[in-house]
Amino acid sequence: MKTNAAVSGRPVLGLNDIRKTFGGIVAIENFSLEVYPGEIVALVGDNGAGKSTLIKIISGVYLPTSGSIAIEGETVAMSNATMARAHGIEVVYQDLALADQQTVYMNMFLGREPTNALGLLDRRRMIAETEKLVTELDVRIPSAHSTIRDLSGGQRQGVAIARATHWASKLILLDEPTAALGVAETAKVEEIVASLKTRNIGVLIISHSLDQVFKLSDRICVLRRGKQIGVRETKKTDKNEIIAMITGLQQS
Amino acid sequence: MSSTNQGAAVRAAGLAGRVNLQQYVVYVGFLAIFLFFAIVLKDSGFLTVRNLSNIVLQTAPVTIMAIGLVFVMSAGEIDLSIGSTVAVAALAAAVTMQGYGLVPGVLAGLGCGLLIGLVNGVLVAYVRLPSFLVTLATLGLFAGVSRSMTDLRSIPVTNEAFTGFFGSGSLLGIPSLIWWTAIAVAFGHILYRETRFGAHVLAIGDNARAASVSGISVPKMRLAVLMISGALAGLAGLLYAGRLQAAKYTLGETDLMTVIAAVIVGGTLLNGGKGSIIGALVGSLMMGMLNNGLILMGLSVSDQMIVRGLIILAAVAVSLREKSR
Ligand SMILES: Nc1ncnc2c1ncn2[C@@H]1O[C@H](COP(=O)(O)OP(=O)(O)OP(=O)(O)O)[C@@H](O)[C@H]1O
Ligand SMILES: [Mg+2]
Repeated sequence: MKTNAAVSGRPVLGLNDIRKTFGGIVAIENFSLEVYPGEIVALVGDNGAGKSTLIKIISGVYLPTSGSIAIEGETVAMSNATMARAHGIEVVYQDLALADQQTVYMNMFLGREPTNALGLLDRRRMIAETEKLVTELDVRIPSAHSTIRDLSGGQRQGVAIARATHWASKLILLDEPTAALGVAETAKVEEIVASLKTRNIGVLIISHSLDQVFKLSDRICVLRRGKQIGVRETKKTDKNEIIAMITGLQQS
Repeated sequence: MSSTNQGAAVRAAGLAGRVNLQQYVVYVGFLAIFLFFAIVLKDSGFLTVRNLSNIVLQTAPVTIMAIGLVFVMSAGEIDLSIGSTVAVAALAAAVTMQGYGLVPGVLAGLGCGLLIGLVNGVLVAYVRLPSFLVTLATLGLFAGVSRSMTDLRSIPVTNEAFTGFFGSGSLLGIPSLIWWTAIAVAFGHILYRETRFGAHVLAIGDNARAASVSGISVPKMRLAVLMISGALAGLAGLLYAGRLQAAKYTLGETDLMTVIAAVIVGGTLLNGGKGSIIGALVGSLMMGMLNNGLILMGLSVSDQMIVRGLIILAAVAVSLREKSR
C-alpha cells in the first residue's frame, strides 16, 4: 500500500510505532513510515505537529521513547548524530548549520576533512570534490574557495544540500530547506532537491508550502498534534484533501 | 557554459568589491610605524641592527603568547590568565631549578602553564562558564599565587644551560630567542592552517552548533586551545627567566594588553572563526617596535600606555567594521 510504483527494493528507512514524549507532553505517537531509495516523501503538518521532533529522532539527536528505527531493514539504535551519519543519514537544517567565515570546501568537509600522509589537510582533494559536486547539482557559487557569508541564502542552502548529498549514502532529511529563501532561490533549491531522486537515496522533506510538496514529493505524510493522520501518494490526492488532513476540519 | 561565465563574473566582482582591509592592516601598520620611526628616530639609533634585533628578542615572549591566543580567540574564547601565568611559570621554574636542576625546573615551568590551562579549560568546556569570567578570575588568582610563592622576592636564575637555552645563547649564530620565536610560529602556523585540529578550532569559533552536528567535540576543542595557551604562556615565562636571569612576580604583568592588541591587529577576530598566526607575529613585532620607538622618542611610561591604548582602539574598530560588513 505504501510502496510507490516508481521505486523498488527495500526501504532505506523504516519507522515502526515511534513514540516520543517530553516530560508529560506527547510529541509523537503511533508513527510508522517507510522511505524507499529514489523517493521523496514530504512531511506536513501545522506548527508544533512534531515534524522537527521526528527528524531529530531519525538523525539521532533524540532517542525515541519507544518504537524502532530500521535502516535497510536492520533495526538500529542511534543515540547521537555521529551514529546516524555513520548509517548514511544526513540532515539539512533550516537554520543552516554552516560555518559562515570558512570556505565552501571546508564546510563541505566539516568534521571529516581528508588528510595526506603527513597528517596535513588535503585541500586539493577537498576543492576538487567540492567543485565536482557543485557542478553536478548545479549549485551556482563563484568558487569552492568562496566564503559562506559572501553567498546568498539560496547558494548557502545549495551548499548545505550538496554537503548532505556528498555524505548521505541512504537518506537525506530536509527540515524546511526553503523557509528563509526568496522566490527565485526557492525555485533553485527545489530544482536541486528534485535532482536528488536520480541518486537512489531516500529523501524526507518537511515543508509548509503545499505547492512545493506537490511539486517535489512522491508521497505525503500528514502529522497533526503528534499523530500520524495518513500517507497519500501525491499523484492520487489533492491540496484540499491534504489541507483537511492537516487541519482536521474534515476527517478523510 | 553560461554558468561558468557567470561564476567568473561573480568572482571578479567579489574580489573588486572586497579589498579586505582588515587582513592587511597589520602589514600596512607595521610598515607605516617602521617608516615613521626610521625617519623620526634616524639619529637615535632606531635603525641599527642592534636595536632592531633587540626588538625581536624582547618581543619573543609576547609573540609566543600571541600564538596561543590566536588559537583561543579563533575558537571564540579568550584567555586573560596568560598575564599571570608567565610569572607563576617563571617562579616555579626558578625555585625548582635551585633545588633540583635544569630539567625539573623547565618541566615545572611548562607544567604550571599547562595546569592553569587545564583549570581554565575544564571550567570553560565542561562546567560551561564563560571564558572571559573564568580567565579573569584565574588571572587575579594566579597573580596572587605568584606574589605569595616567594613573598614578592626575586629569584635568581643562575643555571647557565637554562639561561643559554632560553635566554642569551645562540645556535648557528642566531640567538635562541629568535629560534624559539621561529619554531613557535612555524609549528603554530602549520597546526592552525594545515591540520584538522586548526580547521576544527576555526569551526567551533565560527559556529559551535554546526561544528557539533558535524561530529566535532566542542568541549574537547575548547579545553585544547586553553591548554595550548597556558603552555605557551608558561614557555614565555621561561624565556623571561632565561633572558633576565631572574624570576619575579612582575614578569609579564603588562603583557596581556600587548598580546591581545597584537593578535587583534594581526587579523584574528574577537568573536572567533578567523585569524592568522603570521598576522599575530607581525602584530607582536609591531607592538614591540612601538614600545621601542616610543621609548627612544623619550615618551614617559604613561604616555606610552596612552598611545598603545589608542592603537588597540583603532585595531578593534577596524576588526568590528570588518565583522559587520
Ligand atoms: N526539547 C523539547 N522539550 C519539550 N518539548 C518539546 C521539545 N521539542 C519539541 N517539543 C514539543 O513537541 C511538539 C512538536 O514540536 P516540533 O518542533 O517537532 O514541531 P514542528 O512540527 O516541527 O513545528 P514547526 O512547523 O513549527 O517547526 C511541540 O509541542 C513542542 O513544543
Ligand atoms: Mg519544525
